Amino acid sequence: MKKGPWIILIIFYVILTVAALGRSGFQLATKFSDAPVAYLLSALSAVIYAVATVSLIRSGRAWDTVGWATLSIEFAGVIVIGSLSVLDPTLFPHDTVWSFFGRGYLFIPLVLPAVGMFYLYRRASKEKRS
Amino acid sequence: MIEWFLWVQLAVAVAGGTLAIILGLVGWRPNDLTMGFAGVVELLLIVQLAVTISAPLTGNRPSGSLVEFYLYLVTALLIPLGAAFWAFADRTRWSTVVMGSAMLAIAVMLYRMSQIWFLQGSGS
Repeated sequence: MKKGPWIILIIFYVILTVAALGRSGFQLATKFSDAPVAYLLSALSAVIYAVATVSLIRSGRAWDTVGWATLSIEFAGVIVIGSLSVLDPTLFPHDTVWSFFGRGYLFIPLVLPAVGMFYLYRRASKEKRS
Repeated sequence: MIEWFLWVQLAVAVAGGTLAIILGLVGWRPNDLTMGFAGVVELLLIVQLAVTISAPLTGNRPSGSLVEFYLYLVTALLIPLGAAFWAFADRTRWSTVVMGSAMLAIAVMLYRMSQIWFLQGSGS
C-alpha cells in the first residue's frame, strides 16, 4: 500500500475511474444509439483511467511504461477533445469526460494526468537510486 | 427527494470534507471528529435512501432517470465505508485527507443526484 501524500493522487484517480466507468456504463446501457461515437469515447476514456489507476498503484518498469502511455493518452485526449469542443460545440453535443477540458468533472481530468506524470517521474528516479 | 434535507446533507458533506482536508494537511491523524463527520454523512445518505424509496409513493417523483439516480446513491453509500476502512489500515494524517476528499466527492455526487431528481427530465 502506498503511503504519504501521493495517496491523494491515487484516491482522485480511483474516484475519477469509478465516476467514468459508472457513467459510461450507464450511457452504453441506456442510450447508446443517441450518440454512439461520444459514448464509445466515454467508455474508452473510462478504461484508460482504470488502467492508469492500476499503473499508479503497482510499480515496476512494465507498469511505468503503461503509466506513461495511458497518462499521455489522457493528457492528449483532454487537450484535443477539450479544444475541439470549445472551437465547435456541435462536434460533441453529448458530454464526455474530456469535453470542455473536463468541465463536468471540475477540470480534474485536466490536472490529474500532469500530476500523475510528475509522480511517475519521481517514482522512476527513486527506483534508480535504490 | 426533499429539497431542504438535500441542502442539509450537502452542507454537512462540504463542511466535513473541507475540515478533514485542512486538519489532515495540518497533520491530524484520523480521530473522533473527522470519523464522526464521515459517520454523519453516511447516516444522512441512509436516510436519503429511505426518503427516495418512499417519496415516489407520496407523489414526489424524480424528473430524471431513477436508475442513474440510484447508481449515484449506492456508490455514495459505499464511499465512507471505504474511507473508514482506509483510516483503520493507515493511521496517518493522509487518511484524514482521504476522508475529506471522500466527503467532497459525496457532495459532488449529491449535487448531481439533485439535478437528476429535480431538473433532468423537465428541461430536455
